[in-house]
Amino acid sequence: MNTINAGNMNYCELNELVRGNAGDIEINGCLGQRYIGAGQNGKTITINGVAGNAVGAYLDGAVINVNGNVQDAAGDTMNAGKIIVHGNAGDAVGYAMRGGEIYIRDSAGYRSGIHMKAYKDNFPTVVIGGGCGSFLGEYQAGGLIIVLGLGLESGRAVGNFPGTGMHGGKIILRGDYAGLEVPPQVKLDRTCEGDMETAAKYIKSYCDYFGADYAAVMAGEFWRMTPNSTNPYKQLYVQN
Amino acid sequence: MNKEGQVRIPSGCAISGIFAKDGRNISGEVISNSMTVMHDRSNGLGGGFAGYGIYPQYKELYAFHIFYDSARAREECEKYLEGKFEIANMSKIPVRPSDAIKDAPLIWRYFVLPNHNTLADSLLDEKEYVARAVIEINTKLQGSYVFSSGKNMGVFKAVGFPEDVGAFYRLEEYEGYSWTAHGRYPTNTPGWWGGAHPFALLEYSIVHNGEISSYDANRRFIEMFGYKCTLLTDTEVITYIIDYLVRKCNLTLEETAKVIAAPFWSTISKKSEEEKRHLTYLRTNFSSLLVTGPFSILLGFEGGMMALNDRLKLRSMVAAEKGKMFYVASEECAIRQMEPSLDKIWSPMGGQPVIVKLDNLDNKED
Repeated sequence: MNTINAGNMNYCELNELVRGNAGDIEINGCLGQRYIGAGQNGKTITINGVAGNAVGAYLDGAVINVNGNVQDAAGDTMNAGKIIVHGNAGDAVGYAMRGGEIYIRDSAGYRSGIHMKAYKDNFPTVVIGGGCGSFLGEYQAGGLIIVLGLGLESGRAVGNFPGTGMHGGKIILRGDYAGLEVPPQVKLDRTCEGDMETAAKYIKSYCDYFGADYAAVMAGEFWRMTPNSTNPYKQLYVQN
Repeated sequence: MNKEGQVRIPSGCAISGIFAKDGRNISGEVISNSMTVMHDRSNGLGGGFAGYGIYPQYKELYAFHIFYDSARAREECEKYLEGKFEIANMSKIPVRPSDAIKDAPLIWRYFVLPNHNTLADSLLDEKEYVARAVIEINTKLQGSYVFSSGKNMGVFKAVGFPEDVGAFYRLEEYEGYSWTAHGRYPTNTPGWWGGAHPFALLEYSIVHNGEISSYDANRRFIEMFGYKCTLLTDTEVITYIIDYLVRKCNLTLEETAKVIAAPFWSTISKKSEEEKRHLTYLRTNFSSLLVTGPFSILLGFEGGMMALNDRLKLRSMVAAEKGKMFYVASEECAIRQMEPSLDKIWSPMGGQPVIVKLDNLDNKED
């Protein structure tokens, strides 16, 4: 496996090295370089340090392992592959994601999963181990967001205004969410068996990646958020 | 050349800050270096820094940093200053000329105190006297622009990338307990020296990443109190709002944050009765000072720093601590550039200020 010492290397140069490398690659001392692994497939990219904005943008099947935190918009518009973050994520993780899986060991920022969408076999999933900021799943159109709330000292794992503008897909929350304020177009209720069948696969992967106790995680209470009709905003602006 | 307000350019910016709660000296080079990793957030049309505790030998005097378009503007402005102030020291600000920084104006520094008799005759308190003089120079004296006017602090700014601006002003020769920095990517106006951040009045300095959609509403209100928004750039108005709320209205910084990034009414309705009353008072009484649109700002002031995001958190901002050191930046990488191993790193919530102060500061806020 080839190794790159990123340091203060310009992001263009770094990304050219990643693109030009046919096999797996490891980046050491990463310090905020943007767009790492953009559009890549058929390789594993290991990043040690802080991955810059839009790591794994348009990712097309490659696996990105980050030993550290990722900044904003990780997995922006990604199609396929995996991003596994041994740390925190900044704002807008999974922005407009169209497929693949993102696992965040700890917490994520505002607008996690904003504009996620699914189509036929493309089903994007974001799993957040800790908590996240406000506007979780903003304008979500498809796919699955799971927030586990592990390791939080107190309170709920989501900030204000979750599911604002949500019109497709599903959010699954672990913990007691009775009475959580959601928009009128979004339905909040307990998960059913079918939900957990799908979710279990991703939660199992999360536990495998980060060494969490799967049985203990699954023993928690789970709630779900889904749009309450197929066209919840039909009268928001005009009748259509 | 077209100046601010004559051209609209459709943007990002970068901000960074470092603060030593134990008051230890930090070289200006540290903050300048932190900006290098966020180079691509700026486009070379503005960079700047504010340092606090940098003039210990003149800490009782107001330090004016002034841009002049011409020697004639300088003559006129110095005549004005002599009529209002005792000038203890004046000199050119030392710079390191380079190809990266072009079209530099004349850049001078004055350490001054208000003339005793003139101040007494004015019936103003000292800070108000100084603030009015700064506003008068900036609005009435053609070709002179006071861009820094506090005690024991100074702003250094220019058109260029921030790290080049830091080298130009020889920031490695200054030491202070607090620094903020800005890299500009102007969105609505062309970059010029005066329009670079930080914007400062007296001890308050602001660096800002964002775009304020309430600019005109805020400007109309604040100009009723003697401020003049001369630069047609949105950050200037935040500086005056802070000066007005903190210095003139005696609001705490926490209250100031609740005015400019007021919580939504729906959020207020869920608070306790007492908190509800307080927040409702602030929103109602200062409704014209609500700042809308995306922003992340760092406010520097004597003995402290405040970081604040807009209530929707439409701009990124990360904060961190290591021992007595506090760090904040648009991107985590800028913090890691200054300190690779941190005790704690977090993203403050939208509208929730993070305020740090010197340990030994007499705390009149609380």
